[in-house]
Amino acid sequence: MSAIDLTLGAKSYFVSPQAAAQRLPQAAPAGSTEPAHPAAGSVRFEGVGKTYHSSAGPVAALSGIELEIPAGSIFGIIGRSGAGKSSLLRTINRLERPTEGRVRVDGEDIAELDENGLVALRRRIGMIFQHFNLLSAKTVFDNVALPLRVAGVRESQVRQRVNELLELVGLNGKENTYPGRLSGGQKQRVGIARALVHHPEILLCDEATSALDPETTQSILALLRDINRQLGLTVVLITHEMGVIREICDQVLVLEQGQIAETGPVWAVFGEPRHDATRALLRPLEHDLPQDLLQRLLQQAPISGPYQRVLELVFTGQGRIEPDLDRIASLLGSRVRLLHGGVDRIQGHTHGRLLIATGPQGPAATELVQQQLCHHAKELGYVADHV
Amino acid sequence: MSPIMYERLWEAFLDTLVMVGASGLIALVAGIPLAVLLVLTSPGGVLEAPRFNRIAGGIVNAFRATPFIVLLVALIPLTRLITGTTIGIWAAVVPLSISATPFFARIAEVSLREVEHGLIEAAQAMGCRRWHIVRHVLLPEALPGIIGGFTITLVSMIGASAMAGAVGAGGLGDLAIRYGYQRFDTTVMIAVIVVLIALVSLVQFAGDWWVRRLRAR
Repeated sequence: MSAIDLTLGAKSYFVSPQAAAQRLPQAAPAGSTEPAHPAAGSVRFEGVGKTYHSSAGPVAALSGIELEIPAGSIFGIIGRSGAGKSSLLRTINRLERPTEGRVRVDGEDIAELDENGLVALRRRIGMIFQHFNLLSAKTVFDNVALPLRVAGVRESQVRQRVNELLELVGLNGKENTYPGRLSGGQKQRVGIARALVHHPEILLCDEATSALDPETTQSILALLRDINRQLGLTVVLITHEMGVIREICDQVLVLEQGQIAETGPVWAVFGEPRHDATRALLRPLEHDLPQDLLQRLLQQAPISGPYQRVLELVFTGQGRIEPDLDRIASLLGSRVRLLHGGVDRIQGHTHGRLLIATGPQGPAATELVQQQLCHHAKELGYVADHV
Repeated sequence: MSPIMYERLWEAFLDTLVMVGASGLIALVAGIPLAVLLVLTSPGGVLEAPRFNRIAGGIVNAFRATPFIVLLVALIPLTRLITGTTIGIWAAVVPLSISATPFFARIAEVSLREVEHGLIEAAQAMGCRRWHIVRHVLLPEALPGIIGGFTITLVSMIGASAMAGAVGAGGLGDLAIRYGYQRFDTTVMIAVIVVLIALVSLVQFAGDWWVRRLRAR
């Protein structure tokens, strides 16, 4: 069975009826002023802040975080290192306690939980790590079985459940192997199996693919996406790679110096980044003007000799505007050559940038926007002769 | 060497084995919980208790600072309280184990402390209680280091047991002093040294072998 083909594993995975019933949101008591309890797997941050006290004085790792993570979504948190991503993620299962504000999981303020409540909460929230954090002294089977064993689950059930999960992540046959003998991708699969063993409603991913090569990253991301779809659990992941966000996330939060820089659907944030931090993070994925063109670009049209205009067309993903090359060419009325650029389709929205060269005559760049052929357009300059 | 000397050597060997074995067992049983407590209560540990940690650490250091031969004499009242006598093998076991326990605890503590914090965090995240973390994470992950540390403890206890003659406990060291040194019997001296070297090598070899086997996984 391929690692990401979940049909077999998922059949038995779809939670026993009792377990499902336990997870159903309780109805708010009649006449209560409390909002109705949201669906299982939602997280709400209310003015969350975290201040460390270092020898150099207080350091604010997080401040004023107001955020709602909808149940069942894949929510990405991105930021440069030191932006507070890890701290924010760790407040969800109280590995870190905020110094201000509240974190609510399914409407419940987790700061008030006693030890038993906290253990129960953590069994509803799975977590995977950048460095996998598998126990080297235990086999793959025993690593995955550990969360069940410490919860006092009967051994026959443990065996059944662990086998289901190893099948789900495509590791059957590796039960008796020690983690030291596995590749990075396999270790992360063990980590995922271990995180899912209690039928969690939320999966926290702490830079889960940062230690993996690009190919393995893709397969782990595909596995996470399939788990999200098949099991309907909420995935909250932090990363410093925009590619990961683009690949699987529904919503993204850009964190900068412990504060929210911007947040929204991935296509919107990628299509029209509003914050410098976002733009900086997106730069590796962008199609900037190539060096050779940049050097030949003139700000004024040359007085003599043939020249061409270089236009930049931006697609933000808003509405239904997509690069319609035929209409662009006929509007510009002369030869149109595509110099450079690229578009991505994210969640059904096309965004990207195209650089084109076209004849000196023809309508201004703004005409393209008016005709709804792109979202933003400008003349970058002129180049003599052929580009 | 006369047949009677062989017999003495054999008896002394057994005495050493019993002394080191018994006090080694006590050091193991008492040292591991002590090491776990020191790690758990240290700043940043899962059972943070700075004051307890400082006091326990202080006591451990005090015993570690006292030379064994001094401890042997200083602990005589306690030894009498526990064993009812102040001479013989069992009288030596008391100071031996009291000296070896803090020594071993400190070595085990280092191994426990080296368990990656991420593993403890992962255990917490999966809903482990503190006891589970000790049982399933700290001890198994630190096991190779603990075994290596116990090997070192046993070897240094074999050395320390040579002083047990001071309380009339016998053993190989005592034999070497009485016959080899006081009676100028070089043969006995050499025989004792050879036996000691063999014993220490065997302990070290067994420990290393076990550690290697655990690390190979």
